[in-house]
Amino acid sequence: MAEKILMKGNEAIAISAIRNGVDGYFGYPITPQSEVMETLMKEKPWETTGMVVLQAESETSSINMVYGGACTGKKVMTSSSSPGISLMCEGISYLAGAELPCLIVNVMRGGPGLGTIQPSQSDYNQCVKGGGHGDYNAIVIAPASAQDMYDFVDWGFDLAFKYRTPVIMLADGIVGQMMEKVELHDPKPRRTREEVIKDAPWATTGKTADRPYNIITSLALESDVQERFNQKLKAKYETICRDEVKYTEYMTSDAEYLLVAFGCASRICEAVVDELRSQGIKAGMLRPVTLFPFPTERLAELSGQVKSMMSLELNMGQMVNDVKLAVNGACPVGFYGRQGGNIFTPDEVAGEFKKFNNLK
Amino acid sequence: MKEEIIIAGFGGQGVLSMGKILAYSAIMQDMEVTWMPSYGPEMRGGTANVCVIISDRKIGSPILTKYDTAIILNQQSMDKFENSVKPGGLLLYDPSGITRHPSRTDITICRIDAIDVAAKVGNSKVYNMAVMGAYLKMKPVVNMENVGKGLAKCIPARYSDLISLNKTAIEEGMKAVEVL
Repeated sequence: MAEKILMKGNEAIAISAIRNGVDGYFGYPITPQSEVMETLMKEKPWETTGMVVLQAESETSSINMVYGGACTGKKVMTSSSSPGISLMCEGISYLAGAELPCLIVNVMRGGPGLGTIQPSQSDYNQCVKGGGHGDYNAIVIAPASAQDMYDFVDWGFDLAFKYRTPVIMLADGIVGQMMEKVELHDPKPRRTREEVIKDAPWATTGKTADRPYNIITSLALESDVQERFNQKLKAKYETICRDEVKYTEYMTSDAEYLLVAFGCASRICEAVVDELRSQGIKAGMLRPVTLFPFPTERLAELSGQVKSMMSLELNMGQMVNDVKLAVNGACPVGFYGRQGGNIFTPDEVAGEFKKFNNLK
Repeated sequence: MKEEIIIAGFGGQGVLSMGKILAYSAIMQDMEVTWMPSYGPEMRGGTANVCVIISDRKIGSPILTKYDTAIILNQQSMDKFENSVKPGGLLLYDPSGITRHPSRTDITICRIDAIDVAAKVGNSKVYNMAVMGAYLKMKPVVNMENVGKGLAKCIPARYSDLISLNKTAIEEGMKAVEVL
């Protein structure tokens, strides 16, 4: 039986990185995710797996260390929280432009600016729609439990290497700070040099006689070269949208009303669905697990089944726009959110849901 | 079975670690748990609280406004949480430092003089375990065997000799709890 440990979501990320053969972590402390690096420093993986853990002098520096590590085909990652992710956005754009795989964890707090250290989901637009400049997307995955935090590290790297793209794990202060039971799977060793070269033939692993130079850059001064690259990226994103959409559903088979929520908000909305069902209202919930790619098709399908949809987010209304695009006017789409570290409660959401749907 | 608990007091009273030991003990009993602390500026001096949910089913929302049990260790927390105990629920408190005692009549109210218990056991650091003993006497959500296993998971190996001291504090807390 796999070992079950009580740990914070942030600790789960660190333990998972060590156990899943991550080569390097570069970060800078910020609440509410400082336990990621704290745990790594406590575990000292450089003495066991050889994983590098380095506290950079700033977030700008850590994302550029990630860029450097990723160029060599290594599994490298960073983590931060909202203001720190803003500082990293230039680097994320460069990583997307150079088609480099990496994992970036954002344990969101309230903003804008320095904001609050309390949980929030207000970086949805930043992470899902870009953040950095240029035509790019990062794959965005949204954990809702400590177990997800553990599992998504390995999944995130699989996606990152499969598509040569940065992957953002978009978590929040609740999932990061909450302790839950985490099941540790069998550890994976770090890849050997030969395995890295095989996995990442594009990487700068040292030129050999049997191949040309591997050049990693996001610079394309000629218009046609840049345009061809943009089209190549678009084709890649289309494949991702076709093959990698992931979501979970709760009580949707006979649902007349649908709640849509991601991350910690989806946990709260599960309780809302239970509450509404106990009052005889047939509610269900869809939780997008991948935010890019978004479960557009499934929502479009459900828009023919339900009377309305409501997006519940700990922000001013961001994902709701993607829900509206998916539904395309087929049913009314409502929104309710809280901000600044205030978390809506199941009762509060149930009340707002009934108000929106004119239900008693 | 589902038990929703808020544990609230001053930073340093062992509120968060009591919650962790309780949660780990429940894992040892093969139950689902969530442990959600207040991690805001208040933990940098001032009140601290943690919400622990123990359930035999998967846990949805880790954020609550009503609790089956409130364990209250200072006046600020009494003011904040007395009214969030569900009717028929349990309020356990340490009267030391409390100037306004709980007044509800639709819940069970218990007191534990945990400083006295800790003094009797001979180590002030086991204060929180005395409180946890009082709670487990009122609501035996986990058995003592699993509490022992939970303690072993939470106490670093180099301090494993302190497990029995903590167990003694829990047992003494069980004896000292008073139903009002």
